[in-house]
Parts: sequence; C-alpha cells; structure tokens
Amino acid sequence: MSPSVPLQEMIRAIRSARTQCEERGVIQRECAAIRAQFRQADNGGRSHNLAKLLYVHMLGYPAHFGQMECVRMIASPRYSEKRVGYLGAMMLLDEKQDASLLITNSIKNDLSHSSQYVQSLALCTLACMGSAEMCRDLAPEIDRLLRASNSYIKKKAALCAVHIVRKVHDLGELFAPAARSLLSEKNHGVLHGAVVLITELCERNPEALERFRKTVPDLVQIMKGLVISGYSPEHDVAGISDPFLQVRILRLLRILGHNNEAASDAMNDLLAQVATNTDSTKTVGNAVLYETVLTVLDIKSESGLRVLAVNILGRFLLNNDRNIRYIAMMSLQKIVGTDHIAVQRHRGTIVDCLKDPDASVKRRALELSLALVSASNIRSMMKELLIFLSSCPLELRAQAASGIFNAAERYAPSQRWHIDTILHVLTTAGGDVRDETVPNLIQLITTASELHCYTVHKLYRALLTDISQQSLVQVACWCIGEYGDLLLKGDCQETEPVQVTENDVLDALETVLQSHMSSPATRGFALTATMKLSTRITDNVDRIRSIVSIYGSCIDVELQQRAVEYNALFKKYDHMRAAVLERMPVIERNSPGHTNGESSGELVKEVQPVKVKEGDAAPTQQPANQVCDLLDLLGGSEEPLKPTSAQSGPAPGQPINTSNSSGGDLLDLLGGLEPVAFTPAPTVTVYEKNGVTLTLSCEKQSDSSMTVTLTASNSTDSDISSFTLQAAVPKSVQLHMKAPSGDSLPAHGTAKVTQTVVLNNPNKVNLKMRIRVSYTSRGSAFQDMVQVDSFPDSR
Amino acid sequence: MMRFLLLFSRQGKLRLQKWFTPMSEREKKKIIRDMTTMVLSRQPRSCNFLHWKDLKIIYKRYASLYFCLAIENQENELLALEVIHRYVELLDKYFGNVCELDIIFNFEKAYFILDEFLMGGEIQETSKQIVNRCIESSDMLQEDDSSEWYEVELFG
Repeated sequence: MSPSVPLQEMIRAIRSARTQCEERGVIQRECAAIRAQFRQADNGGRSHNLAKLLYVHMLGYPAHFGQMECVRMIASPRYSEKRVGYLGAMMLLDEKQDASLLITNSIKNDLSHSSQYVQSLALCTLACMGSAEMCRDLAPEIDRLLRASNSYIKKKAALCAVHIVRKVHDLGELFAPAARSLLSEKNHGVLHGAVVLITELCERNPEALERFRKTVPDLVQIMKGLVISGYSPEHDVAGISDPFLQVRILRLLRILGHNNEAASDAMNDLLAQVATNTDSTKTVGNAVLYETVLTVLDIKSESGLRVLAVNILGRFLLNNDRNIRYIAMMSLQKIVGTDHIAVQRHRGTIVDCLKDPDASVKRRALELSLALVSASNIRSMMKELLIFLSSCPLELRAQAASGIFNAAERYAPSQRWHIDTILHVLTTAGGDVRDETVPNLIQLITTASELHCYTVHKLYRALLTDISQQSLVQVACWCIGEYGDLLLKGDCQETEPVQVTENDVLDALETVLQSHMSSPATRGFALTATMKLSTRITDNVDRIRSIVSIYGSCIDVELQQRAVEYNALFKKYDHMRAAVLERMPVIERNSPGHTNGESSGELVKEVQPVKVKEGDAAPTQQPANQVCDLLDLLGGSEEPLKPTSAQSGPAPGQPINTSNSSGGDLLDLLGGLEPVAFTPAPTVTVYEKNGVTLTLSCEKQSDSSMTVTLTASNSTDSDISSFTLQAAVPKSVQLHMKAPSGDSLPAHGTAKVTQTVVLNNPNKVNLKMRIRVSYTSRGSAFQDMVQVDSFPDSR
Repeated sequence: MMRFLLLFSRQGKLRLQKWFTPMSEREKKKIIRDMTTMVLSRQPRSCNFLHWKDLKIIYKRYASLYFCLAIENQENELLALEVIHRYVELLDKYFGNVCELDIIFNFEKAYFILDEFLMGGEIQETSKQIVNRCIESSDMLQEDDSSEWYEVELFG
C-alpha cells in the first residue's frame, strides 16, 4: 500500500500543534490550499486532497465545500479517486443534502461496472446513504444483482436490498422471491445477507411472514450443518462455526416460530441440540446460547425446553464474566411474569448479585429481587433487601425504599413486622422516601391498636438516637403526642420496660423544635405533639404552656399561628382543651394508592378475631355460623338466612345478643346491615307423632309483627298426603296464613312442607297459637291439635 | 441493526465515526459528546453494556482506543462484543500489530476495511480471510490505478 504522503504530512502538522489556536491556524491554511486545488483542473493529487479534507472533517471542522468534489470524484474513471470519492460521499453527504441526488447516476453506472470492486463501492454507498428516491430508482438493478452475479456481489446486494426495504416498505415484495432462492447458496456471506433480508421482510409484512414460514425446515438444516459440522477454518471463532450466522438464523427462527405451533415444533429439536452442544467457555459460545434462550422463550416451545432455557440463564448468573451475569438478569426480568416459578428457583443467586460491585448488575438484581418477593419468602427477602438498602449506591436508594414499602404492604406477615420494617427503612434511608410515607405510616400505626405502646416506645428510642431523618422524626413526634400516656406508663410487653419521665419526653420534643436540622413541617409536628401532651401528662403542664407561648412570636408563620391558637386554647378555651386534644379515631384508608381489594381484605382480617372473641357467651356452634354468615355477606349474597332448623334440631335457640352488639361497629363500616338478619331463627318442635314432626320458628320483623314458619317432615316408610295445617290465635292478634309449599310429605323425610304465618300483635298481648294438623297416612286420616304457649324469643 | 460505531482515544479525540442512519451534523456532534462522556466515566471493571435512550451501547477498550457500538434493542449484546473484536482483528491483520497511530495516519484504510466487514448496519462478511483478501485486491487495484500502465489499459 502506498501511503498518502501529503495526507500524512498534514496529519503530522496538525498533531504537532501545541494549542487549539495553533491547530485551527494549520487547518485553515490547509483548507484554503485544498479549496484552491479543487478549483484547478484535474491533477493526480485529487484523492489526496479529498482525504485531507475528510480528516479535517473528522476533527470537527466544517467541510461542506468538499461535497461537489465528491460528486466529481465518483464520476472519475480512476479507481483510487472513486474509492475516496465514495468514502467522502458517505461521510459528507446524506439524503438531506441536494448534492446526494447528483450521484444517483454515477451509482447506477457503477452498479453495472465490469470490475466487482467498483460495483461494491456503489452498493456500499447506496446502502449507507441512499435516499428513498434513489432506492426506488435503483431497486430493479439491485434485484438483478441479487440473482445473477458472483457471491461477492450477491452478499452486498442483499444488504443493499435490506436498506431499500427499510426506506421504501413496498419494495419488499420485489425482493421476496430472490431472497427465498438465496437460502440455497453455500457461501456464508450470501447466506447471512439472505437471512437478514428475510428477517427484515418478515418483520415488516405479516403476509411475507406467513410465506417465509415454509423456510423453517431449510433454516433448521443450515443450522444443523453449522452446529454438527467439523472444524471449518474459514468461519471458526473459538470452536464455534460462524457464530454470526448462527445467531442471525436463531433470530429469524424466533420470528417465524412466534405464536405458531407448527413452526415451533419443527425447530424444537434443533434448539435443544444447540442449547446442549454449544461450548460456553468463551463469550462467543455464550452469545449463541443467549440467542437460543431468547428464541426458546419467545416461541411456543415445550415445557422441558423452557426449563432448559431458564437453567441456562441460571448458569449465566454464576458466570465469572460480569457481562453475562448482567444479560442473564435482564432476560430473567423479562420472563419473571410468565415463568415465575422457574425464576424463583434461582432466587438465591439473584439475591447474591445484590452484593455485586458493578452498579448495573446491582440495579438489575434489585429489580428482579423485588419482582420475586412473595408471601412465602417475604421475611428472608426483606432481610436481604434491608441489608442492601444500608449499603446500596445513592442512585438506587429511592427505588429500593419504595420497592420495600410496596412489598411490605402486600405481604406483611404481621402488623408489628410491617411497622418494624417501615421504621428500619426510615432510619436507614429516611431522606429518600416518598412524601406519602409519613401519612401512610401514621395511618398504619393507628389501625394497629394493640401495638400502640410498642410503637411509641420504639419511636421514642429512635428519636433519642437521631433527629436528622425528617420523616422518622415527624412520625415519632406524632406518636408521642398521640400516645404519650402509654409511653409514660412504662410497661410494655413487647419491649424492655424503660422509665420515661414527663420531662424526658418534653426534652425530646423541645430538642426537635429547636434543632436546626428540623424542617418547618417537622417543627409543626413537634409543636402539636407538645400541645397534645398537655392532656396526657399531669405535672408539667406549665412547661408546655411556656413552650407554646414562646412560639407565639416565632418567625415561621405556620408555627406562630399554631402557637397562638394553642395559647388561646389554654387561656380562653381551657374547658374545651380535653375534648379538642383527645385520642384520634382510626383513620380510614382511602388514598388513591390503595386498591379496594386490599382495604376490604384488611377489614375482613379485623372482623374475624373480634367476632370470635366476643361470641363466647353463645353456644359454640353459633360463632362459627356468625363468621361464616358475615363472610357470606361480604361475598355479596343478599338472601335472608333460612332457619337452620334441620341442623340444630330441637335445641332451644339461645339468642346471640352479645355478638350483635359488638358486631354493630364493624357492620357499620360494612355499610349498615341489619343486625337482626344475622341470627339464624331458633326453632321449636311443636308436634311429634306417627313419624310426623312439625317444627316452628319465628322471626321478629318489627315491634309488633312476627313471621312464623312451620316445617313438617315425615320419617315413616310411606308417603303422607293431604297434609294441612290450621292455626288460631288470641283475639287481638291478627293472623295471616300464606300458602303452604305443598300437601304431601314423602317418606323418610326426603322433602319437607313449609308454611309461613304472619302474626301482628299491636297490643302486645301474650302470644299463643293453636295449630290443627290433619293428614292421611297409609290410607287412614289423622287429625291433631297442639297449642304453642311460648314462642322462642328471637329479638 | 447497528446505529453507529465510534472510535475515540482516552482523551476523547475521535478517530473514526461510522453512522448507519442519516443524521444532521448537530445530532452527530451531540451524540459524540454524550458517548465520550458516558464511556470515559465508566469504572475500569464494570459491565460493557450501557443503556442510552432506546439503544444499547456496547463499548470495549483496546489499548488506548475505545470502541463504542450502538445497537437496537432486539440485538444480541454478546454478539456485538464479538463484532467489535472481529473488526479489531481485521485491523490487526491489515496493519500488523495495529496501534492507535496506524488508525490516525491511515484512517481512510480503516474505513475501507470497515466497509468490507459491515454494511447498512449489518454484518456483511463473516469470514476473516475473505475480508482480508478483498482489501488486498482493492489495494492492488488502487496501486495499478496510479501507474501509467493502467491508464493506458483503460483508454487502449
């Protein structure tokens, strides 16, 4: 090769310039010389001049005056000039410049040049910067070259066709047949170009995709040849035969097999073979394996193959090469939704990657770990995540903190654990949490009523240690204000008892008020908390009064306003102070971040333990029924409960008053359901003779009216017919009998007859009822009378 | 497909730029600035893959030169590393123990080799030997070109 001496001299001159200014001077001189040369007639040094200009261009200086020179050079008959001219065109011209159109003709001519190297220049330039116009113009030429030329030109023509299709989508149709036939070539370069072209056509046109599905067997054959064949020196890379072509074919197979059973089946064996036979000690082998895994996961592969693919990713996670660990995690992230169980198997390795020194790997490990948290592994995962939070890079802290909060909210095994976790996050990364964390945590604390003592002790201790984390300090102040009495009592089952005096508490709050680290919002919390304590402590109310009055002249307007109002509460409205500052009710959870499913889930959790506790008075059967019924109602059934006479038999129904009254609160939350509807009506057996049993149950509808249900059943071997009931009541009581459900009682109690009677007792006299029973059994008629003196009380 | 390939030194000086999609000069300059800052600020033993806008950036350092290749999202990153390595091997075979100075003083040759290996954002030829042979033949054609004998041939 002959070095371009004038070019190299110029480069040397530029590099030896010691300052930017000097360099600019050299370049300006050179450019002037080049411009002068361009204006002159043809001389032998044209290519050198253009090359010099291109170098200057690469340094970042303007070179647009060379565009026309490029056009001229391309038209030159000399190969050296064409070569540099085309290079210049690729660097200085793009489709947005007008000059690019001028080279269309030259390209067209050169495409049919006798020398393949000239053809190649034209093809390369067209594929690099051909505009849509040029592409449309020259597409037939390219198609011709795709069919009838040597492999050197064919492979270039294929990639040129790819470019044309990207620029002008409709021309895809033109190249489809040629692309198909190219698959039977032996030359790897041509094959590669053909596969790229087919991929492009399939990606753009679903019809083309359908047609090219037929090529799957051919592609499988080619791949097999590459995988099984012996060493081929031309294409070998570290023991893999033409990995570039292999990866391209795998990608095309992925597109063809996606959402198509038949095609996926055809490639199943091949994919298994590639996955097991490819040597994974070098990057190039892993590149092929990676592409195989991507293909397996994207087509309709059988489950065994999918498991194999996920296991390959699992192996990648243990690889020493950081790059491979990174892409393994990216791929696992994509499939964690669909193949959750398979990815869970590698959870241990993923969690280990949280400790990887590389920041990108850490980030991926965090995302994946958060996606793998579930109810069964929440405790162990949270331990790892909290360790990670304390040592993770700053840019990941916010993401980690919010991920931890979400996971804790969804899978918290207990409220104490939930509160502990949030407190832990606030102490380690309090500065990086979202603003809603403070109200959310406060709301959570209020609902966990049995943990108030524990929470306030813990927060008090945290406050003593560190008052710099604003969110933590705010929550602590709020709790101390609210539950200060519990803090001062000192005895708490969950933590070690510690004696806290009133002065200690007020000292802590005053420290927060006076600290320069506290934000105005935090100081607001502390002031209000101090005020609330005035109703919860006994000795130091004066101290509180003085603190509050000091802040009456605070510069911060919000604090001043609060202090003045609290002062007024002490002076003029002291009689209202206790009421104003009393314990807050449970805050309702209705922020947009919470779904209804979650909140009603919480309510159900609350309902069950309370109900079970207070149902002790009633017979053991009933509470279970109560809870079931409640859940039924939550499930949305509106039927009034049928008397459970069949199951409970003659047991006198003990009314369940207590549970109803306690259930009242919860039922209010559920939206005002009638407590009455809950009691299964108690039943009484009023007649038992000849195998006929008649039971009675009643439901009080209002103060004066009652619905009585009579149920008859037959335990004999033969059916009973013409079964009728008649009833009579005292004079002032109104009776209305509804139609019976039937008049025959089948044998062995297989069916019952029921009849409803509505009684109205406006004078509230002692209620009695006479019932006449008549029926026919085994051919003989029977008639009986019973008197019911006392009705089961069903208030 | 590949979107662009940049070669720059440790001081951020550009040694080669190949763009596979049309872009204005301003955009190119901005991308070059972004790439050099991003890649040069990476820790020595970190991952070779970066995310930038909607592209994946694969970079590798060879001696004093950084090779920076941008690929689209569906491309295989590990194979992109192999592409970079293959290009370095081609340069090495051509120049014989290639170093940065070779590429500075013979930048147009570096481009010619690249144009035999990649085209339109895709790999053109997967065999090292074929690429080398083609470069040698083109060079010989260029040499003949500069001699008078060739000119006579053309017009004779």
